[in-house]
Amino acid sequence: MFILIVGCGRVGSSVARTMLREGHEVSCLDEDPESHSRLEVGLEKGWEDLGGQFTVGTGLETDALLAAGIEKADAFIASTDGDNTNIVISQIAQRRYEVPTVIARILDPLRAEWYQQQGLHTICPTRVAIDMLESAVLEGGQRDGDQPDGSANVA
Amino acid sequence: MYIIVVGAGKVGWNLARELLEKNHEVTVIESNRRRYLTVEQELEHNVTYGDASELWVLERAGIQRADMVIAVTGDDEDNMLICQVAREKYNVERIIARVNNPRNREHFDLLGVKPSVSATDLILRLLEHEVPEYGLVHLLDLTEERLEIIEILLGKDSRVIGNRVGDLSMPEGSLLISVLREGRGFVPNADTVLEPGDEVLAVLDPGKEDDLKVLFGPADNGASGG
Repeated sequence: MFILIVGCGRVGSSVARTMLREGHEVSCLDEDPESHSRLEVGLEKGWEDLGGQFTVGTGLETDALLAAGIEKADAFIASTDGDNTNIVISQIAQRRYEVPTVIARILDPLRAEWYQQQGLHTICPTRVAIDMLESAVLEGGQRDGDQPDGSANVA
Repeated sequence: MYIIVVGAGKVGWNLARELLEKNHEVTVIESNRRRYLTVEQELEHNVTYGDASELWVLERAGIQRADMVIAVTGDDEDNMLICQVAREKYNVERIIARVNNPRNREHFDLLGVKPSVSATDLILRLLEHEVPEYGLVHLLDLTEERLEIIEILLGKDSRVIGNRVGDLSMPEGSLLISVLREGRGFVPNADTVLEPGDEVLAVLDPGKEDDLKVLFGPADNGASGG
């Protein structure tokens, strides 16, 4: 697969390394040239030496998208730190470039849900955190001696 | 009408003021606290604080009953998505979005966010109108007499190449007076055939330039030359 990842932060760079290790072609696009260093964290060789691609630019720039290879992408991951950017560029990938698999990271649970209903594959880290927190609280034990109705057992 | 304006910058604030004067019901949504507090001194309850990218902020502003949403923040992605959500999720019938960077206009179109307004595009269009394009040169403007003389260079693709001057349908209020060919000028007659590279001089009433531009311009220009 050819995978294009826009937004090479902690999430994007980590996914990029995994996909490269799995044997996929990986291209990263980020507006910050420095994020190239983050890509190489823990790698024994340089990103390009391992076959990776890196382009500086934003997902709103047609030139940058083309340079990063969007026209041959099988999968597109929008993982910048901005919800709005991710929502816009993933729709561009879907509608203009007809990328078969498009995934957008959206922190806002309400909009993640709505865009999911509109046919966008959304991942909402906030939703995941909420669910985990809630189940962690509910599954946790109670104070020794507490009654199920909440009243304390006074010795 | 109930109108929601997103962004209380210069555009949003003045827009809200005008709309209120026309007796519309208006809510402005501003996400910058300081800006909100400034604008609130004048607009009072007509401005609300919040990030209109968030659905609950739009709902709190009453988007369900809004007749129109106008997104004029300085951020194109915000404007695009606020209008997309307004139309597709809340069925707001009319939207207007501001384009800050004209290069983003294609994205507005792709997301179905229309109409969109770009100040840069508007100024460029005015500029094109005010500043004559290459190929049409004003030689003489007699403002008092309301007469102009212009010169037009005929390109290879001009629709009049090979035409007899007598067959040209010159617009009313204009007259072909001279042809410059290979460095020499002459007064054409009805049988003169126009060639690529000719420069034609015409005298005309002010305001006829556009008609002449079409007549002598490229053949694929759409408008009819004859």
